[in-house]
Amino acid sequence: MSPWIESEVIVMGAGIVGASAALALARRGHSVTLLERGFCGAQSSGVNYGGVRRQGRSLAQLPLSQRAHQIWGELPALIGIDGEYLRSGHLKLARSEADFVALQGYEAASRDHGLDLQLLDRAALRARYPWVGEIAVGASYCADDGHANPRLVSPAFARAARQQGARVIEQAGDSRVEHDGQRFILHTQSGLRLRAPWLLNCAGAWAADLAAQFGEPVPMESGHPAMLVTEPLPWVMNASTGVEGGGIYARQVARGNCVLGGGRGFALDAQRARPGQSAVLAILRNAVELYPFLAGTQAIRTWSGTEGYLPDHEPVIGASTTQPGLLHGFGFAGAGFQIGPAVGEALAELVCDGASRQPIEAFSIRRFQVRHDLASNH
Amino acid sequence: MALFKRLAEHQRPVLDFTLDGEPACGLLGDTLLTAILTSGAHLRGSDFSAEPRAGFCLMGACQDCWVRLGDGRRVRACATALETGQQVLREPGRRP
Amino acid sequence: MSAVVIVGAGPAGIRAAQTLVEHGVHPVLIDEASQGGGQIYRRQPANFTRPARQLYGFEARKASALHQTLDALAGQIDYRPGTLVWNAEHGALDTLRDGHAAHLPYQRLIIATGATDRVLPVPGWTLPGVYTLGAAQIALKHQGCAIGERVLFCGSGPLLYLVAYQYAKAGAKVLGVLDSAPFSAQCRALPELLEQPATLGKGLYYRAWLSAHGVPVHQGATLERIEGGQQVQRAVWRKGDQLHDTECDALAFAHALRSETQLADLLGCAFEWSTLNRAWLPRRDQAGRSSEHDVYLAGDGAGIMGADAAEMAGERAALALLQDLGQTVDPQRCRTLEKRLTRIGRFREGLEAAFPFPEHWAEQAPDDLVVCRCEEISVGELRAVVGEGHWEINRAKAHCRVGMGRCQGRMCGAAAAEIIAHCSGKALHEVGRLRAQAPIKPLPFGVEHDA
Repeated sequence: MSPWIESEVIVMGAGIVGASAALALARRGHSVTLLERGFCGAQSSGVNYGGVRRQGRSLAQLPLSQRAHQIWGELPALIGIDGEYLRSGHLKLARSEADFVALQGYEAASRDHGLDLQLLDRAALRARYPWVGEIAVGASYCADDGHANPRLVSPAFARAARQQGARVIEQAGDSRVEHDGQRFILHTQSGLRLRAPWLLNCAGAWAADLAAQFGEPVPMESGHPAMLVTEPLPWVMNASTGVEGGGIYARQVARGNCVLGGGRGFALDAQRARPGQSAVLAILRNAVELYPFLAGTQAIRTWSGTEGYLPDHEPVIGASTTQPGLLHGFGFAGAGFQIGPAVGEALAELVCDGASRQPIEAFSIRRFQVRHDLASNH
Repeated sequence: MALFKRLAEHQRPVLDFTLDGEPACGLLGDTLLTAILTSGAHLRGSDFSAEPRAGFCLMGACQDCWVRLGDGRRVRACATALETGQQVLREPGRRP
Repeated sequence: MSAVVIVGAGPAGIRAAQTLVEHGVHPVLIDEASQGGGQIYRRQPANFTRPARQLYGFEARKASALHQTLDALAGQIDYRPGTLVWNAEHGALDTLRDGHAAHLPYQRLIIATGATDRVLPVPGWTLPGVYTLGAAQIALKHQGCAIGERVLFCGSGPLLYLVAYQYAKAGAKVLGVLDSAPFSAQCRALPELLEQPATLGKGLYYRAWLSAHGVPVHQGATLERIEGGQQVQRAVWRKGDQLHDTECDALAFAHALRSETQLADLLGCAFEWSTLNRAWLPRRDQAGRSSEHDVYLAGDGAGIMGADAAEMAGERAALALLQDLGQTVDPQRCRTLEKRLTRIGRFREGLEAAFPFPEHWAEQAPDDLVVCRCEEISVGELRAVVGEGHWEINRAKAHCRVGMGRCQGRMCGAAAAEIIAHCSGKALHEVGRLRAQAPIKPLPFGVEHDA
């Protein structure tokens, strides 16, 4: 038998949430083990679209998202690389007057949170962003939102955690988790044994199994966003973009490639996903009306990932209601990249201080438990 | 300066086209790659250093021979037949 | 009922189509090229006049027979030239032809996607005038052109001598042949090579012909770098401790071939390590059955065996497919084909011994050498990422973009794996393989498609 690996905290899942939590804990001097089934930041944290965006999030997420915005601003000091993070500005496009009204409504509702949104009517949009297609009738612009390279950023959080003293274990395979009344006991498929009084469930789209094991089932479903990248193109897009009501989102990286997403792919197996031909063809057909400069250019690569979605498209963040020492941070509905570093920090604060600086009550796993209780009372 | 040298099949009809706006000619049966490289020495500039490239595999695998046609289409020069009157543009590539 | 589909119209694909038709099954034959024959028996444009003998040399009879077979199948198969398979999922192929996308469900599928040159980059390899050996051959065969006025041929493998010979015969100025394999290796390999005396004879003939016609052939000679400003001007090469210079304006090089396996990967075929090919290849049984019940593999796309083997493997895979459909096939013919393929397999091992992989390439590759010509990633950048602990090739790709560009790692994947293995101290097979990602080749925006 391998010797016990003892720590105060075990973080399951080295995506951006788990790695950020491990980094924050290590910085505060706690012994922490970051346990990853495969490779750090190789699942949806590493293969997501790369939007670093506050605009459009639910109002409940904005305090955490604003905290994350500060963290992103200090990225090189925190993780040692800039991760190609660029505050390019983010344009949310409206394709109809009704959509533009919705953007106006969001601007009014979110005003106290400091996003500094600017509403652009058709003329202002044309004047400032002539590369946007005629189909857009207006937009909401957030100057300090932007994008980054998830392939680099997410693994760098894990690397920084290791440099701060966290124990990082990759390729652990699946783990069996038990609690002996005092500590969590984990046996990994790779043959390791770990013990800790705290366990952070940051296992992304696979986190629901662990929650269920401790009596907190959640109706999480996996989704597989379809994404593709073009060949390098002349510099055009001086803002990252999305579309009100959903549709094709796009950004251009410094090397010239445009990254686009939209529609859903499918799961190849439990851990791998593909974008699927129908979503890819839909992007190739429909993107040109939003981004006419793409006509005639080539998509050179497509991909997908596995994201966890809860019915209300809000994450689960906070303490377990059934198992002391267990904290959850998962279910980001394809929008965890920007907010992830603040969620990791909040989880670390729960361990260290018993409370997080930003409000997280809206994300308690209790919201699903209540429904189950009601259901069982009938 | 030409890169390729014709060794056989000289007796073919001449086809006129334009290369970067300048008059050029090839022979019926030429690929765009052959037509360009028998009169010039590159097909495109590389994406990240604007260095000249002239294709590499000639079988559609390396993707290093893309050129632009007058109608906006982009094609692999090694796998596209030359046609009379084609306007072929060589993209200069970029140096970030 | 959906069709039986063959992807690739080279020796394997055409023989597979013929065999199916002979048994009353009329397949769809998809060909990325505009004319069937594959790379080895690539046809010249219709208005060219050189006879087959001049184009294909000793192989003229085989080439003509294959072309005639395909021509005779017209009307009995659904031949689709100029068609790219860019994706596959859930029992269907996604194709692109003349800017038009289509969805093609299949009942059974034979993958015969062939091979491209295996490239081990040297400084200067992106200069105009530098081509693969296969490219040099296509320029001559398909276009009647040499890749330059004064050409040097380098690397290793049977194609090296063949292309040099074809160039010299066609009247090109061949400055020399630099074979990285030492003569001693070829002597040691003789017993296996004698399994295919005719093939061996041709190889010896090419070399003897070159020497007799004053073309210098250097064995144990390694290309060090290629120099030039806007195009090739000079090759610097090493033999023993001596460095040599050769002024040239074109150079072709490669170290044997590598299989095109993307389609098999997208279809979920299981892969296994092939020491002989130094590559992960889709697993197949002796008949060509993959791990997927409806997918069959034939030809160089499933492991490099050459054109003769590809014809046999195409026929054998088609017979397996027919058997699996419940048809009666000639068991004797199946056994004969398998026996012949086994014999060629032994010859193939001899070739690998005669033209051994240059084991020191990764160690000697300088840091400033561009390994990925699409993304322009240097060996040093790749080594830095490996140094940070990323020894799995897809993770290395994620961190430094090697293999991430337009060609999807076709040109650099083998070299990148060698660098990663050497740098991390892992065995080559542990480094893994680049996962295929659609599109298999670039796909344009604004593509039209049938709903």
